[in-house]
Amino acid sequence: MPRRSDPRLVKPPPFEYHAPTSVDEACSLLGSLDDAKVLAGGQSLVPLLNFRLARPAHLVDINRIGGLDRVYERDGGVAVQALARQAAVEDSEIVARVCPLLRDATKLVAHRVIRNRGTVCGSLAHADPASELPAVLLALRGSVVAVSARGRRVIPASQLFTGVFETSLAADELLAEAWFPASPRPFAILEESRRHGDFALAGVVRAGKRLALFGVAPTPVLADPRNPTVGLEPSGDLEATPEFRLHLVRVLTEKAFAA
Amino acid sequence: MKVNGVEHSPPADPRRLLSDHLRHDLGLTGTHVGCEHGVCGCCTVLLDGAPVRSCLMLAVQAEGHEVKTVEGLARDGSPLHPVQQAFHECHALQCGFCTPGFVMSVVGLLAQHPHPSPQEVDEGIAGNLCRCTGYASIRRAVSRAAELSSPLVGKSGPQGRDGAR
Repeated sequence: MPRRSDPRLVKPPPFEYHAPTSVDEACSLLGSLDDAKVLAGGQSLVPLLNFRLARPAHLVDINRIGGLDRVYERDGGVAVQALARQAAVEDSEIVARVCPLLRDATKLVAHRVIRNRGTVCGSLAHADPASELPAVLLALRGSVVAVSARGRRVIPASQLFTGVFETSLAADELLAEAWFPASPRPFAILEESRRHGDFALAGVVRAGKRLALFGVAPTPVLADPRNPTVGLEPSGDLEATPEFRLHLVRVLTEKAFAA
Repeated sequence: MKVNGVEHSPPADPRRLLSDHLRHDLGLTGTHVGCEHGVCGCCTVLLDGAPVRSCLMLAVQAEGHEVKTVEGLARDGSPLHPVQQAFHECHALQCGFCTPGFVMSVVGLLAQHPHPSPQEVDEGIAGNLCRCTGYASIRRAVSRAAELSSPLVGKSGPQGRDGAR
């Protein structure tokens, strides 16, 4: 026999739940609601809700919007829509052919079970400084498409990431699509973490001659491959000192550019 | 939403996590809840066939989808699912708390890689924590489960039961 439901058994703080079925509807909700947060894969947002570290008044769940999970070729690169799961991007034949750097990076995001639900666009909008995908977008000179009731605009990666978990997306904008240019050769993504699937202590992305670093600054940053640690002031924590992070940047950069 | 083949209505409160809904509203306590922020893997269930963390989903999000929990792998009294059988044979559990999550992850892993390499096995179970540290047995169980799931089981040859490690 099922037990009786106990309504007290909830972890997230109070929020009003919205489940739009079109991008227009989602945009009109984001434009009219105060303190709304977009829920896509939820693999970062739901833990924050469970800990009550995030307390949005409204959740706009975009998972019921049809036709927003495509991965397709566009403008010599690959476009990844807001509901394309990381696992789908990892397995995508188009991604493997056009942008194998993105495929390699996606494999480093947490674990497959997380990637079955997590989205590429969600990782970009969440903008964790230790996350792989923002650094890949930056190294490749990619961009995202932000849509709102006011219209749509393209934000280049160099203008998207503004701080720790902060982007230049406005409160009423939905990150509807990310565009990753074809990966130039040679390319590489290397990172060091304490355990498989953990966030990186430090990581490097090579796209041709360009180098982007992650885990060592408030946002992913571009760096000079010959002297990658110039101006870097990484933070220290229980897992790595700032000096160790700088050491990792030097070693990983050397490895990435040895090819 | 369908849970183990049975239609259920989602909970009234959108704040209810899928893990809590399964356990407290539907009485399916086989899905365990450990860390409740997606790290330990104990609450792993199949959503439309793919393993996901039930603690990182709102139950209302499962509306219109199919959920399978460890209770749905084998009916009472019928033979165990090959992954369950392999865990049993290889002693891949001690206290058992992590086991339902491991089993559901491995079901997903074998659907993706029917004959996983040692590296694919390690990556496939890396998202699940076992604090009795039975990982060596669990690795063996994954290989055994792959053998049990293979149509060659019971036939002669190196892939058959006699050839099991």
